[in-house]
Amino acid sequence: MLHTLQQEILSLQGYKPPPVQARYSMGLGIVESVFPYKVFPTQVVHELSSYNESEAAATNGFIAALLGKLLMHSRKCMWIAQEQQVYPPALRSFGIEPEQVIFVEARKPKDILWIIEESLKCETLVAVVGATDHLSFTESRRLQLAVEQSHVTGFIHRVLPRQQETVACAARWHIQPLPSITEEHLPGVGFPQWNVELLKVRNGQTGQWSLQWKSGQFCHLEKQSPALPSYPQLQTG
Amino acid sequence: MEKRYASIWFPCLLANRKVRQDPALAHTDFVIAAPVQGKMVVKAVSPGAKAKGIKIHMVVADCKTMLPQLEVFKWEENSEHQLLKALGAWCIRFSPVVAIDPPDGLIIETTGCTHLWGGEALYLQDLIKKFSRMGYQVRVAIAGTIGTAWGMARFSPSTFIVPPHQEKTALLPLPPAALRLETPVLEKLSKLGMHRMDTFINMPGSALRRRFGNHFLQRLHQALGLAPEFIEPLQPTPPYFIHLPCLEPVRTAKAIEIALHQLLEDTCGRLKKEEMGMRACVFTAHRVDGKQQQLKIGTGRPSVNVQHLMKLFEHKLPTIEPALGIEVFTLEVLQVMPLVPAQDALWPATVTRDDVKLAELLDRIADRVGEKSIKRYLPDEHYWPERSVRLATSADDCSTAQWPAGLRPLHLLAKPVLIEVMVLVPDYPPKSFKYQGRLHKVKKADGPERIEQEWWLQQGHYRDYYCIEDETGARYWIFRLGHYDDVQQPQWFIHGFFA
Repeated sequence: MLHTLQQEILSLQGYKPPPVQARYSMGLGIVESVFPYKVFPTQVVHELSSYNESEAAATNGFIAALLGKLLMHSRKCMWIAQEQQVYPPALRSFGIEPEQVIFVEARKPKDILWIIEESLKCETLVAVVGATDHLSFTESRRLQLAVEQSHVTGFIHRVLPRQQETVACAARWHIQPLPSITEEHLPGVGFPQWNVELLKVRNGQTGQWSLQWKSGQFCHLEKQSPALPSYPQLQTG
Repeated sequence: MEKRYASIWFPCLLANRKVRQDPALAHTDFVIAAPVQGKMVVKAVSPGAKAKGIKIHMVVADCKTMLPQLEVFKWEENSEHQLLKALGAWCIRFSPVVAIDPPDGLIIETTGCTHLWGGEALYLQDLIKKFSRMGYQVRVAIAGTIGTAWGMARFSPSTFIVPPHQEKTALLPLPPAALRLETPVLEKLSKLGMHRMDTFINMPGSALRRRFGNHFLQRLHQALGLAPEFIEPLQPTPPYFIHLPCLEPVRTAKAIEIALHQLLEDTCGRLKKEEMGMRACVFTAHRVDGKQQQLKIGTGRPSVNVQHLMKLFEHKLPTIEPALGIEVFTLEVLQVMPLVPAQDALWPATVTRDDVKLAELLDRIADRVGEKSIKRYLPDEHYWPERSVRLATSADDCSTAQWPAGLRPLHLLAKPVLIEVMVLVPDYPPKSFKYQGRLHKVKKADGPERIEQEWWLQQGHYRDYYCIEDETGARYWIFRLGHYDDVQQPQWFIHGFFA
């Protein structure tokens, strides 16, 4: 009873149950269970924020890992930014052939948003990644409407956001790098590891996980990895 | 559509014409001669005289000793050229695209024409019959390339129709002269004993180029259909330029839009018929006061989609200032390309509707922010990180190089940033480093991966790359330029961020 009611509400809110063949897992493991229908929502816009350079790299890594799962061979995706920082050869470690990605650079934030919106309307693309620092509610609503028509998945990466506005995106993420785990006494750097925080999600539960990107798969670390080091409070005055 | 060409060869062009002008000469032997360096030299020979051993470029006095009853006529400047032009114009009945091939031939593009005669064999028969009725001896061959048709017409003993894609087999028994080569190259070939095409046609291109020059290779490739060859038709195809006069000068935005739509529709209709697509065009508005205003667009793929082209013009249209009114609109297509018909993908190599949609999106983006801002990367054969990627030149561009196998950072700084480091042992990663005013302690490190300078491109020190992780878990790609020695302290740079 409660379950059917819940489903009705979801479909009223524009969340159609995903078709059976589309229910392939993104490999996110436990993270997927917090979303409606227990499926990572594609065909919506995700918002990810980063506040410094290392967080930006980790966020792009997380996006690239998801893109790698979304991209079928010979399909294309767009990566739009003011200034492109992504080094294409590195995308291969996330399961993306760098040739599949079309990079677009534009100076003006207005142009960036226009390109993101136009690209999201193009159903040929699998996903669109847009890096911008500013996104207002109206603009995010436009993006969401574009996606509902074309079924493209959008990732808006907000680098050093000027302010945290309310936006109409389906989920808001915050990714931070975590110290990698290496075998006892072994030198070297381990696999990329991120603290994935789901701050907001439409019709789901928020949460926080530590994920490791290991040989093309997400690994969820059960035991809480060492807590983020707290920065010493600077004494002022 | 597969291109087909017919090459017509007139073995006795001027002599046939002479007989046509004066039928009494039909059974006499004669030559047409012109003075060259004080001697009369034979320019054309009648079929009868030719059978008796008179050849072109012989001196008339010698011919007279061989054949005392030989008649000599004066050669007129440019007569072959004019005659070929007239014959070419007459040949328009066989195909709209006819070009002259001096000194003694015509080339007809028969693509899409032969079925009106019921096939290529009947077409050929009719051509030869019509010419021989006029009194011209001809040899005609039809092939998929101009070069092969030329060679077959002049040198083939029996076959005159080469089926599509069989140019190579047809050429094998022919002498090298069938490739339209210069005399020195032909002499060289005969000196080497290459009297037939099959002796050298399978040799590697580089070897042939080294021995016989680039022109030889180009002719060979043109005959085989590997290199393009163009003919200059006698009747040039009209340029893609149309104009639309207005009854009264127009001033409104809507009117300009309607005019543009009309022009695009007409142009695209014509392009579609010719199986061509537009790559670039200029829309010009001629104002009452004599000034012109131009808008130019370009597309990434040949297009005949009016709606898409309208969209490209859309945001530029408001920049037109009609002032007192616009009298005439013109649209000129600057570049066309054969249109690849879109079809749903059977295998990935074909152009799909998806590709077209994406190309249209990219056109719109290029139109707004510039073509240079759209990039697609391909691997390049360099280890130096900045050079190991190159930009793709077109949507279909692909590379044979491999992507670098080593660990590469997801973010690469365009220019490495100098950092201050504290290093305990010279060949070890640093213990800590200062980047953007903050001190980072290195907890874990991997490396080094040494990348040498490519000395043929640039001189300088090698780089030793380390992948390091600081106490917060942020991962960096840093390198040491050169090595520690007694004289100098190498500099350290940060070059990228790992995810």
